[in-house]
Amino acid sequence: MLKRNIPSIVAVVLFLTVWQTVCSIGLIPSYMLPSPIEVITAFVSDFSLLAQNSVITLQEAFIGLFLGVSVGFFVAVLMDTFETLYKAFYPLLIITQTIPSVAIAPLLVLWFGYEMTPKIVLIVISTFFPVTVGLLDGFRSADKDSIGLLRSMGANRFQIFRYIKFPSALPQLFSGLRIAAAYSVVGAVISEWLGGFGGLGVYMTRVKKAFAFDKMFAVIFLISAISLTLMALVGFAEKKLMPYRNTDKKGEKL
Amino acid sequence: MNKLEVKNISKSFDGKPVLKDVSIELNRGELVCLLGVSGGGKTTLFNVISGLLSPDNGQVLLDGEDITNQSGHISYMLQKDLLLPYRTIEDNAALPLLLKGEKKKDARKKVSPLFEQFGLEGTQKKYPSQLSGGMRQRAALLRTYMFSRDVALLDEPFSALDTLTKSSMHKWYLDVMEKIQLSTLFITHDIDEAILISDRIYLLSGSPGEITGEIIIKEQKPRKDDFNLTTEFLEYKRKILSML
Repeated sequence: MLKRNIPSIVAVVLFLTVWQTVCSIGLIPSYMLPSPIEVITAFVSDFSLLAQNSVITLQEAFIGLFLGVSVGFFVAVLMDTFETLYKAFYPLLIITQTIPSVAIAPLLVLWFGYEMTPKIVLIVISTFFPVTVGLLDGFRSADKDSIGLLRSMGANRFQIFRYIKFPSALPQLFSGLRIAAAYSVVGAVISEWLGGFGGLGVYMTRVKKAFAFDKMFAVIFLISAISLTLMALVGFAEKKLMPYRNTDKKGEKL
Repeated sequence: MNKLEVKNISKSFDGKPVLKDVSIELNRGELVCLLGVSGGGKTTLFNVISGLLSPDNGQVLLDGEDITNQSGHISYMLQKDLLLPYRTIEDNAALPLLLKGEKKKDARKKVSPLFEQFGLEGTQKKYPSQLSGGMRQRAALLRTYMFSRDVALLDEPFSALDTLTKSSMHKWYLDVMEKIQLSTLFITHDIDEAILISDRIYLLSGSPGEITGEIIIKEQKPRKDDFNLTTEFLEYKRKILSML
């Protein structure tokens, strides 16, 4: 595990060293680019404020992600069951994804105000798509012969879904979920940025107005750390739920 | 009484006839081969028997009862084992019971004593990807057996296996079949395989597919290891080749 990651660890350390050096020797003035050490100091000194705002952002992200995944699941099952729905709405689904979320977020603020609702709506809009598409492709990749076999054994539609279609779609569902998890945090921050009372996005607008670059960097790193953690959680769930993918021929756990 | 009787089945797809007036019988405990070239309508016939396809004409009778167009009576096993990769061998074998609504625990309890009979000891908790092709086919047969205890439809089940595995699977199959009193309808395009394991062989040929001959293999079971080297064996083979 550690051995495999050595090149990337070395790269990160190297990057941070170069960055610190550039700042320390004054190549770039510190009000433009804070050094890594300054960023860490800012993070520590503002920790309680960051934590408070993170809670708000995470709340929005979780609620939005949960609703988005539920909606995505529901839509995918419907579209898989009714071919007409699939034909009618699949192109529409693709089109909704060409609209950048930054463009609709202000609209949502106008419609739903500055509270949590517009944030959650934005997250739902941006997360349900990867889930729906992943699931739909997964359902469609289910083995036709296996479905035929279960039918010959008298399986009903629900059983075919449970034993074949859903498990076949799990790998795609998890790739969709990983993307959705990252989107949910980004979506929350963007809509807070565009109008709200709390959250990391609001924190960002405040420190930006104060030209506190060190705090800007601190919050940026925090957001990406949160996204990475969520993605790792999805990966963990994936391993737990699909144990058959982690075993080799001899049955040893990998 | 016949275990399974297929009466005058005809089937066409988009006006193109695939099966014409096919009638076959399977007696209790018998292994009957359906021998014919690939694409000759054998698989269509199996789908009709298992109720996945409805025939244009004709009837399928199981124990004298009409089961035409009804799935859920007879299951089949294919060249592809179709084991669910995300379930253990035990749960794959128990699948037919789970589909009938049995609890997982009860289903497992019913399946587990059969693992030894099927030569699958120790594979209960493994996943299909951890087994060899031959073992997977055994598991697939166990699953078929859990579904319909006395009739098995096998569609070229061993044709993807190498020659040595195949011949050991033949032995294994005949052995298991006798132990569990199974009647088998077996599709193959391999003449040697058909003569080795069958009690009776139907030849299905032509387009649309018709039954063009029936051969009874009189050689006693269990058959000698060198049966395929005897003159009788060659006689049967010559006869079948002349009829195809």
